[in-house]
Amino acid sequence: MAIGVYLTFRILDLADMTAEGSFPLGGAIATMCIIKGINPILATGAAFIGGLIAGLVTGILNTKLRIPSLLAGIITMTGLYSITSRVMQNAANVSLLGKDTVFTIAQNWGLSRNNAVIAMGLIIALLVIFLLVVFFKTEIGLAMRATGDNPQMSAANGIKTQGMKILGYMISNGCIALSGGLLSQNNGFADLNSGVGTLVIGLASIIIAEVLLRNLSIGGRLLTLVLGAIIYRLILALVFQMNVEPSDAKLASALVLVVCLTLPNFHLPHNLKGGKKDAGSTKN
Amino acid sequence: MPEVLKIKNLHQTFERGTVNENRVLRGIDLNLEAGDFVTIIGSNGAGKSTLLNSIAGTLPIQEGQIILNGNDITKLPVTKRAQNISRVFQDPKMGTAVRLTVEENLALAMKRGQRRGFRPGVKKQDRKFFKKQLAQLNLNLENRLETEIGLLSGGQRQAITLLMATLQRPDLILLDEHTAALDPQTSITVMQLTEKLISEQHLTAFMVTHNMEDAIRYGNRLIMLHQGRVAIDLAGEDKQNLTVPKLMELFQKHVGAGLEDDAILLA
Repeated sequence: MAIGVYLTFRILDLADMTAEGSFPLGGAIATMCIIKGINPILATGAAFIGGLIAGLVTGILNTKLRIPSLLAGIITMTGLYSITSRVMQNAANVSLLGKDTVFTIAQNWGLSRNNAVIAMGLIIALLVIFLLVVFFKTEIGLAMRATGDNPQMSAANGIKTQGMKILGYMISNGCIALSGGLLSQNNGFADLNSGVGTLVIGLASIIIAEVLLRNLSIGGRLLTLVLGAIIYRLILALVFQMNVEPSDAKLASALVLVVCLTLPNFHLPHNLKGGKKDAGSTKN
Repeated sequence: MPEVLKIKNLHQTFERGTVNENRVLRGIDLNLEAGDFVTIIGSNGAGKSTLLNSIAGTLPIQEGQIILNGNDITKLPVTKRAQNISRVFQDPKMGTAVRLTVEENLALAMKRGQRRGFRPGVKKQDRKFFKKQLAQLNLNLENRLETEIGLLSGGQRQAITLLMATLQRPDLILLDEHTAALDPQTSITVMQLTEKLISEQHLTAFMVTHNMEDAIRYGNRLIMLHQGRVAIDLAGEDKQNLTVPKLMELFQKHVGAGLEDDAILLA
């Protein structure tokens, strides 16, 4: 999921709120597909496709209808709530009890439950990273990265920046929905409200990863994101060790994010915000 | 000589219909022949950048017509025009994508205006070509293909931007005060490189500059804009024999108003 958030946040330089909607959507799609008896791997793929469509919607709202990216994300997120609810046939919670999931497939290889989760998680994360790295080295991938970096220059080189943004939104939300699908299979249920805070978690993972290791190639960066996500979990676990009430959990994670976001600024004031350039194209 | 660019009666008005209405271009008519290297000068607000933005397509055309190689491009978006027009911006940061490497930037420019697919962005055979191209800059960049552009100096980046603009031969290259943000020494290097690339490939070029000396020294034709119109248009021998005082004199004669040297140089 961190990878998905990374795509829009860093590559496209946008904060995409759609994440909060596409995450539970992915969970709902995967769960319902499995309940209907569809192969869990296909079900997870279906979650990915659902995310692609959610991203497509935000992308079109943002580029073609010129709604600012933050608002476009919120709009899609809000709409997705109903759609996810529909997918789950108006239940707030759907259980996967006793059904096969991608993790039980791994368990069938003779792994224990925990090892199965780790193994399957790693396989999928590595697969996604591998595909993304290959993609970002293609002509279209380069064009997408350039679009996030310098839209004006990209347009001057004939890149259709709007299309690139839409594609970015799609892939990003596809990854987020995929992770939503995986999490619901791990938890054993899909939850309509599981999306709350996903963006925060994703951003935290990115920032932690960037604070730890910088100036890496694109593949390296995606790998450190996984590390960042794990470390963020560890920090949270640490916080909870200090007897934080469950209801305060979100506050605690928000605070952790604030700390993560501000700390690096004291050491490297220029690095993280990436320098907003003022285009000033209408000067004469 | 075949005509490359034809501008017919181009008008641009900002904030039309308000009290702040500003008629920036008031009827520009220009014809550029193949191989023309035109320098454009004019004080602030004369319409230099607006003219360039109109040709590049970043500003929609309100009135008038732009024809490139016989095709009407008046209504084409920037991305379509990019097939035939390349551009170097004033700010060295503008011409390159900072988080991409040198070779990735060059590869992007190689595909300017073409379809992009799922083939590798940087191809093996391209790398050799890039090295050769970078070597001619004499900036020791040929061994830094995998350096992120953001780590290079302004001058180096501007040199690479120039290279990118000419990698895939454009029908027209637009230079928008591309040396203004550089220190004097780097500025000279980049100007010399500009001249070399333009003459080697027989490019048709538009160069906006604030520097009168440069405007006179480079190119085969000089245009001075004043209040949205072409005030002076010199080519051939007239252009070659031009000096700064002569240009000032000409300008005063044409416009009929006094003009301080500094007004243009420092504007």
